[in-house]
Amino acid sequence: MPVYLESENIITSLGFSVEENLKAMGEGISGIRMCNNPALSDQPFPVSLVDKNRLDAALSGFSLPDDSTFGKLVFLSVREALKGSSVDPSDPRTVFILSTTKGNIELMRGKGSNAGNSRLLLWHSAEQIRRYYGNPNKAIVVSNACISGLLAMIAGQRLIKNGDYDHAVIVGADVVSKFIVSGFQSFLSLSTNPCKPFDRDRDGLTLGEGAGTVVLSNRRPDRKTVIELVSGASANDANHISGPSRTGEGLFIALKQALKGIVEDPGFISAHGTATPFNDDMESIALTRAGLAHIPANSLKGFIGHTLGAAGIIESLIGAGCLSENMMLKNMGLQHQGLVNALNTPIENLKQPFLTFVKTASGFGGCNAAALFRKHE
Amino acid sequence: MPPHYFASMNNPVIRKYVSVDKRSVKVNGTDLLLNEQGADFGEFMKQIYHACSISYLKFFKMDPQSKLGFVAAKILLQDDDRDRFEPEEKAIVLANSASSLNTDEKYFESINDIPSPAVFVYTLPNIVAGEICIHHNLKGENTFFIQEEFDIQFMVSYLNILFSTTNTRKAIAGWVEVDLDDNYRAFLMDVEKEGSSEIQGNFTVDFIHQIFKL
Repeated sequence: MPVYLESENIITSLGFSVEENLKAMGEGISGIRMCNNPALSDQPFPVSLVDKNRLDAALSGFSLPDDSTFGKLVFLSVREALKGSSVDPSDPRTVFILSTTKGNIELMRGKGSNAGNSRLLLWHSAEQIRRYYGNPNKAIVVSNACISGLLAMIAGQRLIKNGDYDHAVIVGADVVSKFIVSGFQSFLSLSTNPCKPFDRDRDGLTLGEGAGTVVLSNRRPDRKTVIELVSGASANDANHISGPSRTGEGLFIALKQALKGIVEDPGFISAHGTATPFNDDMESIALTRAGLAHIPANSLKGFIGHTLGAAGIIESLIGAGCLSENMMLKNMGLQHQGLVNALNTPIENLKQPFLTFVKTASGFGGCNAAALFRKHE
Repeated sequence: MPPHYFASMNNPVIRKYVSVDKRSVKVNGTDLLLNEQGADFGEFMKQIYHACSISYLKFFKMDPQSKLGFVAAKILLQDDDRDRFEPEEKAIVLANSASSLNTDEKYFESINDIPSPAVFVYTLPNIVAGEICIHHNLKGENTFFIQEEFDIQFMVSYLNILFSTTNTRKAIAGWVEVDLDDNYRAFLMDVEKEGSSEIQGNFTVDFIHQIFKL
């Protein structure tokens, strides 16, 4: 039983829909800007932020279940995705899934004042949104570092294929907060320039915020071109909690499992590509071990930064949009490739027929995920 | 509740289970170690570490939630033959309610001083899973779910999906949490896809409810 991408939305610095994001990225526009906001960081830093005025304008007149930035992103993204969907969110055969790393962490205060704050609980955020839509099933929350979004989609696909549900409304969101910025700064993993995935001069990642929602369904959408989430897998490096594996072990296993039984090469790879020196090298090793080094691969981080728990969903939906339009986006920020193993990383958009793409993600805790998407016309 | 259809004829079994809370460490429901003196969390973890003859220096760098999950997994897999399955056939599926909020609060306190990368890395719930994977060489499926309370029906359903549709042949599964009030509980099960253990037919929602409550 195939599982299809039935409806979708993304909200990033580049726009409030998949179309708006695709258009900007297609034109080579990046949403990364220098930010000089002491509430986020003592020093100016490049980051990809959602336009909060536009977010508020889009939500005026609604009584929101949660009026934090995180709550607003989740609410608007789900609402926009459901607008274009024939799935009934209150159907007992529909489940809500939330993916996030930190949820409402910007509401955290000093020790002792957090224990009673239910808004900090990720399951509570998920329950609010499914209750708003009158859904009778407990919402599921996946919080698994930077693979959360992709893993939430894989979990949703599995639950539908298994017959537990017919539809899944899967929303991923994360907000750039001082908590996250200071943490990555303490790790020395933020670049002082917009990130340069796969580049020889890459020196760290750029953070981004945003939300992505996909409605997965076993009902084939009523349109000419549809995208199927064919298969997915996750795996662990079992090597280090914060350092990428030097053998690309987990990502290699995830790719192998996700592509098991698939004979044809994927059309392109939407890689993780954070632009930290070690991550991108790790990916080059894993893709080479998986026999995929020749497949065109891109990272979207140069357009919208690393959107953490939302990244897997946002980047999968951009990939799906590209598949529909028979194009592949260039590697924004890349000039001269510099990787342990050479990859095929285009620096201009490719326009050619594509039938499938692979999305990958890797994160702290040694986790990795990969999924295959296929177009049907 | 939606109906749950199981796609295959697998007959998974729980080979062993371990529970750790402030009162005791139990293995298969039987006391292994009692916290008779009412030691605090850190002290009790150290007692367990020594009582189980664990020797792993990285343990002392871990945050409380990782320490808790680590000792529970160590006891769970102490007599396990590592080589019966490939590393990539061994999954870990964990859940809790509080994510990593206990350590998040500690990290938050450090932000305006000197933010600590050694604390920041633990501000994700799945780090405890990563620590367990490293020590026991588990390279299979990984997922961390956040739930109001341990959703045993969901866990059974999800593990059945992993056993029937992925390469998974063994799964370390359960609940690991240190919450904002420093309450803690670990409950880990060693579940295998095919029953060869003397315990048969025990991988059911009802049975897990019983042993989780003990």
